[in-house]
Amino acid sequence: MSKSEKKMMRATIPEEEYMFPGTVDCQGCGAAYAMRLALKALGPQTMVVIPACCWSIIAGPFPTSALKMPIYHTAFETAAAVASGLKAGLNIRERDATVLAWAGDGGTFDIGVQALSAAAERDEDIIYVCYDNEAYMNTGIQRSSATPWGAWTTTTPRKHPKDRPKKNMMEIMAAHKIPYVASATVGHPEDFVRKLKKAKEIRGTRFFHVLATCPTGWRSPPELMLELPRLAVETRVFPLYEIENGVYSINRKPKQNIPVAEYLKVQGRFRHLTDQQIQYIQDHVDETWELLLKKEKLGRLF
Amino acid sequence: MKEKGWKECLWGGLIVDAGNSVLYKTGDWRSQKPIRDEKKCTDCLQCWIMCPDAAIKVKDGKVVGIDYDYCKGCGICSKVCPFDAIEMKEEGEQ
Repeated sequence: MSKSEKKMMRATIPEEEYMFPGTVDCQGCGAAYAMRLALKALGPQTMVVIPACCWSIIAGPFPTSALKMPIYHTAFETAAAVASGLKAGLNIRERDATVLAWAGDGGTFDIGVQALSAAAERDEDIIYVCYDNEAYMNTGIQRSSATPWGAWTTTTPRKHPKDRPKKNMMEIMAAHKIPYVASATVGHPEDFVRKLKKAKEIRGTRFFHVLATCPTGWRSPPELMLELPRLAVETRVFPLYEIENGVYSINRKPKQNIPVAEYLKVQGRFRHLTDQQIQYIQDHVDETWELLLKKEKLGRLF
Repeated sequence: MKEKGWKECLWGGLIVDAGNSVLYKTGDWRSQKPIRDEKKCTDCLQCWIMCPDAAIKVKDGKVVGIDYDYCKGCGICSKVCPFDAIEMKEEGEQ
């Protein structure tokens, strides 16, 4: 990173702090960091809806609360439904505020997908952020449909690792024809903040898929919280792209061909993989990347 | 932190003091302690941007210290510092 780039980055991250310290997340938690950035980007006129996920506890065990804004803690499957209701209530009272639904991958990919799909179909005016740590980390690292192929979790032990690929939530959300769908990671803070600021100005359902490192569940050192998502982007495991009114644009196209093994070997949850299995993952990643490049070329898709 | 009895709690479990999580000091979870070298620090604020716990104290665009009441010792600030101004040391070493 050059000096001018650093100066720019400092300028794009707003200074005001909306998340207080004293949160009870693990060391090097990507989810906590994602929230800190998100609130900086969205500003004080925000209401947060949190279903059951890591953030239910990170926001503070009763009677503490870590955010400057109102939080509504709700049931696992209802994040999008509650957010829709809140927005409707705010509209009746003629108050202008952004409603942010903040759910984990379990509450988005598995349990909350019905409410989310319904809200997206109605094109409710909410921002839905899924911070994806690729398993049910809060309850003890159980497999979710966001867990990647071959990963270890407590319910997919090393002898029987996960044998199904990760659900492509971005495509599912894009298929609802909502105005804005974007992927982001905690390793690219300026990109995440830029996308959130852009989304704030759009009306309708806006969906974010944010890769958030979980050192506890990924069995990785906490200081690599930022490096791992960056590696995921560089190895094309997790492409950074946005879909705006049906137009795909890839935000980062890695120039070098870094093999996925670089990303996998840092994490204990992939330690058991054989060379053959790593090759399988590589092939799958290449295939998905090619498909994405083609989609970008096609222009407006809906 | 003194815990409330059920008679003192509000209906619906409402919490009316935003940001009272600061009463919960998470600093005692730490096993590694970041030590900042003021001479090497150039106030680029990389550590402040990247800290997941908002534990880097900043005043007027300058780093004034690390909040050891809340720092959990994850080591990210030490990792991202381009000038090696933050060093991780074993807690209780110095």
